[in-house]
Amino acid sequence: MKAQHHLSAAIALVLAATLAGSTATAQDYPVGHFDEQTGQAIWEGICQGCHMPNAEGAVGAGAYPKLAGDPRLAANVYPVMMVLNGQRAMPAFGANLSDAQVAEVVNYLRTHFGNKYKDPVTPEQVKALRGGS
Amino acid sequence: MYHAMTAMAFAGESGFSGPIQLSGDPKGASVLILGAGLAGMCAAYELRKAGYKVQILEYNDRPGGRNWSLYGGDTYTEMGGFTQKVEFDKGLYLNPGPWRLPYHHHAALHYCKLLNVALEPFTQVNNAALVHSTKAFGGKPKPFREVQADFNGYVAELLAKCTQQGRLDQAVTQEDKELLLAAMREWGALDKSYEYKKGVLSSERRGWLSDPGGGLTSVPTPSEPMAMGDLLKSGLWSAVGAGMIYEFQSVIFQPKGGMGMIGKAFGRELDGVIQYGAKVTDIRQDDRGVTATWIDAKNGGAPRQAHADWCVCTIPASVLSQIPINVGGPMKAAIDALYYDASVKVGLQFKRRFWEQDEAIYGGISYTDQPNSLIGYPSTDYFSSGKGVLLGAYSFGPSAFEYAALSPAERVAKSVEYGANIHPQYREEFENGVGVAWHRVPWTMGCAAHWTEDLRAKHYDDLCAIDGRIVLAGEHASRLPAWQEGALLSSLDAIRRLHQRVLAS
Repeated sequence: MKAQHHLSAAIALVLAATLAGSTATAQDYPVGHFDEQTGQAIWEGICQGCHMPNAEGAVGAGAYPKLAGDPRLAANVYPVMMVLNGQRAMPAFGANLSDAQVAEVVNYLRTHFGNKYKDPVTPEQVKALRGGS
Repeated sequence: MYHAMTAMAFAGESGFSGPIQLSGDPKGASVLILGAGLAGMCAAYELRKAGYKVQILEYNDRPGGRNWSLYGGDTYTEMGGFTQKVEFDKGLYLNPGPWRLPYHHHAALHYCKLLNVALEPFTQVNNAALVHSTKAFGGKPKPFREVQADFNGYVAELLAKCTQQGRLDQAVTQEDKELLLAAMREWGALDKSYEYKKGVLSSERRGWLSDPGGGLTSVPTPSEPMAMGDLLKSGLWSAVGAGMIYEFQSVIFQPKGGMGMIGKAFGRELDGVIQYGAKVTDIRQDDRGVTATWIDAKNGGAPRQAHADWCVCTIPASVLSQIPINVGGPMKAAIDALYYDASVKVGLQFKRRFWEQDEAIYGGISYTDQPNSLIGYPSTDYFSSGKGVLLGAYSFGPSAFEYAALSPAERVAKSVEYGANIHPQYREEFENGVGVAWHRVPWTMGCAAHWTEDLRAKHYDDLCAIDGRIVLAGEHASRLPAWQEGALLSSLDAIRRLHQRVLAS
């Protein structure tokens, strides 16, 4: 976890997150980028927060889906779209991760935790999928 | 009279127009309320008062929802099963969620008064608190006092120079020029030549190298302002505007003993109305009423049902989007469109209140460019010789996601590591801590609804509109997201409309 945004962004984030809404637009949110570059680092730095270190998911009043041995990952477009655009409780990370980072983490997930898919996605594919929803 | 006065006085501020008046007989109508946070409990309290039969289903085993304080002896288990035992001393606490009540959040303050929740001042801006960047001034934090004085001083000096050089002739009349120069001198602590520099004037703002004293040791030594270029490059100036935000202006309050006192007070008031430990699994409405199916949140077991004529649902959208509910397409689309932002708070207990004893920091906030974002000092128990709990991290955005991905122990350890770069005393004085990452909180799965202007345009009205017999409420159904005031105003607006619907039906 490296400090990577400027102090102004750090403070603005605090302000924006508590105050946003009345006037803030999506662009008003300072877009923070994640430093992690490899699939494993991105998984461990972001994804496991909700999907858990073993990708088993978690249950509370709602649930975070299990991604270990997940047949929905067979179509490589599906996890790319989820990471870019989010869905229901899943946040959209499209603005916070580069095409390469999205490809890295999707490829990591699809080849770990009992997932054995052999068709990696490329940053170019991610780029092409941006803007869709 | 009170109503009329408050209605006038508050017009145009928070949207709270004084205590709600639900006149007209609901004729024994019943309302099922889902969630015992501030929105749900406010609805139950007011609807019961207006003659409704009310019951609440609540996932937790306590009232309050995000209105919550963690005390020594408490145990908190987050999603994934990670359990933390809070080891704070008696009387010390962390507010994992909201911690401030601005003076213009009239609804929140109204209910505090009504429920006898004692309030005390919360210090937001403390001139002795610190501003820190790992990339500036060798990583040494600067007192906010110095940053603010130097920044204002240099800005005043530059504007005075422009004015004197005739650069503002188009914008300022000759008469106003003189006034502007006088204003810059006063506001920026400039000397006779309109310069901001080392001396008595600037030291009276930024503080002295050695303070004035008494008797024979009385001569003060002025302090040296930071060089303007260094200050600009440091980015520390971004702290200057923080306290100017409407919600962060003085006066701000906090409940004595922790923010959770509001939820507790509501809970006492609604004794017997709230079914705790109820996890809602299905919400059905038909032309006669609304039925919620629920199971025991801890042990599961056989589903049970609660039924009423109407329903106020305050379940966060992040959770509600996963519960089968037969509302119309527009409301369902609105619920599904909201994910919740990341946020984290870490409370750290220290053996002594070194920030007060060593650095004369009494309450307020220090800012840093590290992932913990800030350090909050307790606005209570000043000069206590006992232990103290600092807010060691309060982050949003990428850093908050990264905090959530850590184990609770790592969240605490990282916060101590970052804090030690600002207060070296951390290393000696740290005792224990607790870290709450909101995406791991089982009943919200995030901190607050993530609205954008686009999402508001598309979905906000549909989220708030009554759908058949169901109306939603909570901070997510307000234009004050993440604020308790938003939850309360949303609730009051929802029950006002619901009441009209009931009277009309």
